[in-house]
Amino acid sequence: MSATAPPLAAATPQHSGRAGGSGLEAARLRCVLRLGDTSLVLGQRLGAWIGHAPALEEELALANLALDFVGQARLLLGYAGELEGAGRDEDALAFLRDAPEFLNLTLAEQPNGDFAHTIVRQWLLDNWQLEIYQALTASADTRLAAIAAKAVKETRYHHRFSSGWLIRLGDGTGESRQRVQRALDELWRFTDELFAPDEVDERASAAGIAPSLPELAPRWSTRIEQELRAATLQRPAAQPYPWHGKRGAHSEHLGHMLAEMQHLPRTYPGARW
Amino acid sequence: MSNDWPLFEVFIRSRSGLEHKHVGSLHAADARMAIEHARDVYTRRLEGVSMWVVRSADIVASDPGEAEALFEPARDKVYRHPTFYAIPEEVKNL
Repeated sequence: MSATAPPLAAATPQHSGRAGGSGLEAARLRCVLRLGDTSLVLGQRLGAWIGHAPALEEELALANLALDFVGQARLLLGYAGELEGAGRDEDALAFLRDAPEFLNLTLAEQPNGDFAHTIVRQWLLDNWQLEIYQALTASADTRLAAIAAKAVKETRYHHRFSSGWLIRLGDGTGESRQRVQRALDELWRFTDELFAPDEVDERASAAGIAPSLPELAPRWSTRIEQELRAATLQRPAAQPYPWHGKRGAHSEHLGHMLAEMQHLPRTYPGARW
Repeated sequence: MSNDWPLFEVFIRSRSGLEHKHVGSLHAADARMAIEHARDVYTRRLEGVSMWVVRSADIVASDPGEAEALFEPARDKVYRHPTFYAIPEEVKNL
């Protein structure tokens, strides 16, 4: 992780003061940014497979996933821009913020690695999104509920794709099994963040905007357990990991990814196709 | 990798009530993956409401060498077309 990443308690994105109004509105904005940034970062990562996937058909599958995530990010960041009320649209939020302002889950920004790494990252996050989006369809925030209702359909397909590959690789050849277990062991520490609530989550949950993460955690854990068993893989031991991207404290990988992603709009402001 | 995977033929039903039509082929490790690949390759623009996949090796095809024997005999049977018959004046609704 970056030596300059702020410690957890000090990770306060610059825009939180501009959210206007009560602490609830600030929490709402941060919740929406966390979801939107996670989708954006994951979509960007998946898009980098184009031209490199192991088969033409898989390349299209990964590109389709990437487009779903970018689509989710557009809806969520567009909404975040309105909530913020500072005149930033989805593009300004995506391309003109620096890494500490991004509130995505640390897992989403991890490098593609080999195909097994990409599949494990995807599978862990698909299971997370399944719980989150399903619960968000009943959000008191009707805008968020509508976005979740669209996203949850996409997520069900993403999960079908990633769990299928997890089982195929885990219960596959000696090499595929070894690679997917290694990816699982390396990425597992980032799952600590998925359902660890902070004051933003608690505030949003108390207001009925977002689900209670501790209530969703066991459901996620049970499905992970079942699917790992089907894949004949070992669940790694719990590993507390204190650097939480959703608080702006990222691993060293996000900055590099953003440099590439943001290069064009920053170099040529307002550039259009 | 896809060279190691068997070939599947893909059939898509574009709307309810229409038949499944052959749209192309793709490689996949098994039937489940073939459905996923068919979805990703052939239904990206809302082309379908239903998909069939079948392993290409399981399709029994006619032999092009037998085309004459199979198809030529039908060539001179024009009376098999309904347009061959003149419809009598008295028949109003046919």
